[in-house]
Amino acid sequence: MTAALRIVVVYPDLLGTYGDGGNGLILARRAQWRGVEAELMQGPSDAPLPEADIYCLGGGEDGPQVRAARSLMEDGVLARRVAEGAVVLAVCAGYQIVGKQFPGADGAGHEGVGLLDVATSKGAGPRAVGEVVAEATGVSLPALTGFENHGGSTTLAPGAAPLAHVMKGTGNGDGTGTEGAVAGRVVGTYLHGPVLARNPALADLLLAWALDGATLAPLDDHAEDALRQERFAAASLRRASRRVLSRRTK
Amino acid sequence: MRFHLAVLTTRAVNATSRRLGRGQGTVAGGRSGLKVDPRLLEHLTSGREVSLVTGTNGKTTTTRLLAVALGARGDRVVSNETGSNMPPGHVAALAGDRRATRAVLEVDEIYLPRVLAATRATCVVLLNLSRDQLDRTNEVRMVAGHWRAALAAAPHVTVVANADDPLVAWAAGAAARVRWVAVGLGWQLDAVGCPSCEGRIAFAADGSWACVTGCGFTRPAPAVTLTATDHGTTFHGIWVDGRTEQITLALPGRFNYANALMAAVAAEAQGIDAGSALGAMGSVDAVAGRFTTRMLAGVPTRLMLAKNPAGWGELLDLVGQDDGPIVISINARTADGADPSWLWDVPFERLAARVVVATGDRCRDLSVRLRYAGVDHVMETDPISAVGAAASAADRDRCVDVIGNYTAFGELLGARA
Repeated sequence: MTAALRIVVVYPDLLGTYGDGGNGLILARRAQWRGVEAELMQGPSDAPLPEADIYCLGGGEDGPQVRAARSLMEDGVLARRVAEGAVVLAVCAGYQIVGKQFPGADGAGHEGVGLLDVATSKGAGPRAVGEVVAEATGVSLPALTGFENHGGSTTLAPGAAPLAHVMKGTGNGDGTGTEGAVAGRVVGTYLHGPVLARNPALADLLLAWALDGATLAPLDDHAEDALRQERFAAASLRRASRRVLSRRTK
Repeated sequence: MRFHLAVLTTRAVNATSRRLGRGQGTVAGGRSGLKVDPRLLEHLTSGREVSLVTGTNGKTTTTRLLAVALGARGDRVVSNETGSNMPPGHVAALAGDRRATRAVLEVDEIYLPRVLAATRATCVVLLNLSRDQLDRTNEVRMVAGHWRAALAAAPHVTVVANADDPLVAWAAGAAARVRWVAVGLGWQLDAVGCPSCEGRIAFAADGSWACVTGCGFTRPAPAVTLTATDHGTTFHGIWVDGRTEQITLALPGRFNYANALMAAVAAEAQGIDAGSALGAMGSVDAVAGRFTTRMLAGVPTRLMLAKNPAGWGELLDLVGQDDGPIVISINARTADGADPSWLWDVPFERLAARVVVATGDRCRDLSVRLRYAGVDHVMETDPISAVGAAASAADRDRCVDVIGNYTAFGELLGARA
């Protein structure tokens, strides 16, 4: 029997370096807590990708990332399921490979799966590492919080809208001050944490999409709310102390 | 002249810092000494036989075990025992004992190339490599690549390497002399992408592995293998030349038997027979406070360190044998790594039936993780109060297992009873 909602964590053996596998678990539990039958599956890179309603891709290293993109294109299931209406949450390296082009370990461009109209190249500056606070623009959500750790610069083409505007941190790093991208039911972001642990409203948005706009009963998210408040406070505190420091050196 | 001044400076600053009660006085003195003589590490290791120990997990314990083993025949051995594993910690330890003829240094993964070049070590132990502090190390494969380049440029070194870890095998494969030891690899998820060709590594049930996408990279034939019998309570090292040595330790956990066998092979490479080396290691019962039992908040506790998914996996195997209360303390300070996302790679689901208290700077991240793991828990921001809360939620007098990541563990170890 098939569950009402099938969630697949894509290639945890190649795209699992930064703890993003938690996103799949969070989606499954938040559906189950509302009485929706949900099945969470791991989709290893040596097997055909299972049929699913939501696909979660996470961050990985440069070499494995190239392998993951190649396998996804040879496999073909992800692109077909997206054309059929499946939801995708793609983080960091996962975000880069669902775009049209991304850099490998040597910096050379590789072809991406092409689910999002974005292209990534090696960033010119230092690697972007640290807390991010971003105001959602591409979707209607409270402010986003997460941790970024990437060396890519992602440029959006007209087919993709920015997910958010960066208040603190780097995000897409292409000079536009944007973070992530969204097109249809595909969301790309640089935020770890995992992003759905720190932004449960984004998890519920993805679930609502996958359940064709169903209204979801609210959950008791006091643990997530406490984490969000702490992270927002930590981000603004650090900004304030930096301002003080720069004043002192003048 | 500059060298002697640097040694005096290192010692003086350390002594002052210890007298003022500002920590163990290893980093401050080392930093000062290196300012006076930037080549202090090179000068302090000149004329000594140096071993370096690095890897994601087990560095401190293996360093200690190897130091004890190398001293088995009466040689004087100096070592950075406190876990200060960057050059300031190295020079502080070395300046503190100029008479020792052998040095065993624990080395931070990122610093291995620099420390190897400065010390001209004759033996390097590579334990394992997996995700840890990714905000600082960025990618595990980058670290492996730096090791590989450093070892290729050091043909005088004998490497003792874990053959079961593809990333270690790739790094050590560039060395002129390698003693391969099969001690297992609990966490395989960082090693699936082939480091040699961007292909895919497949693991067999016996721990052997090979790239299945055709580059030919495969597990090197081990010279020594760790075996467990009697339901994982008896451990042996088995050499390909037919020798077998039983390993008896006062330290708990399968991972410590792996550390001991790696240390024994490193001692053997330096002329100490493995049996004597292992015999000497058997007396080591606590390393840098790990597995120390002590009173906290009036409660008996056992302090343990786990700082990444691989280490947590091993430790959960150990604490899973019990059903007592557990305090988990998570920080995200500089030495811990700023992003605790890795908590989602730890199978906390195994603690579902236990009394669990979440604490530390990042207890809110941990609390959310435990919620989705189905682990009922309470959150208490102060670690000492957390120990009290765990004790009162369980039977009094029950020993509380307290597990912290790096700085959280250090804080508990240094806390007043």
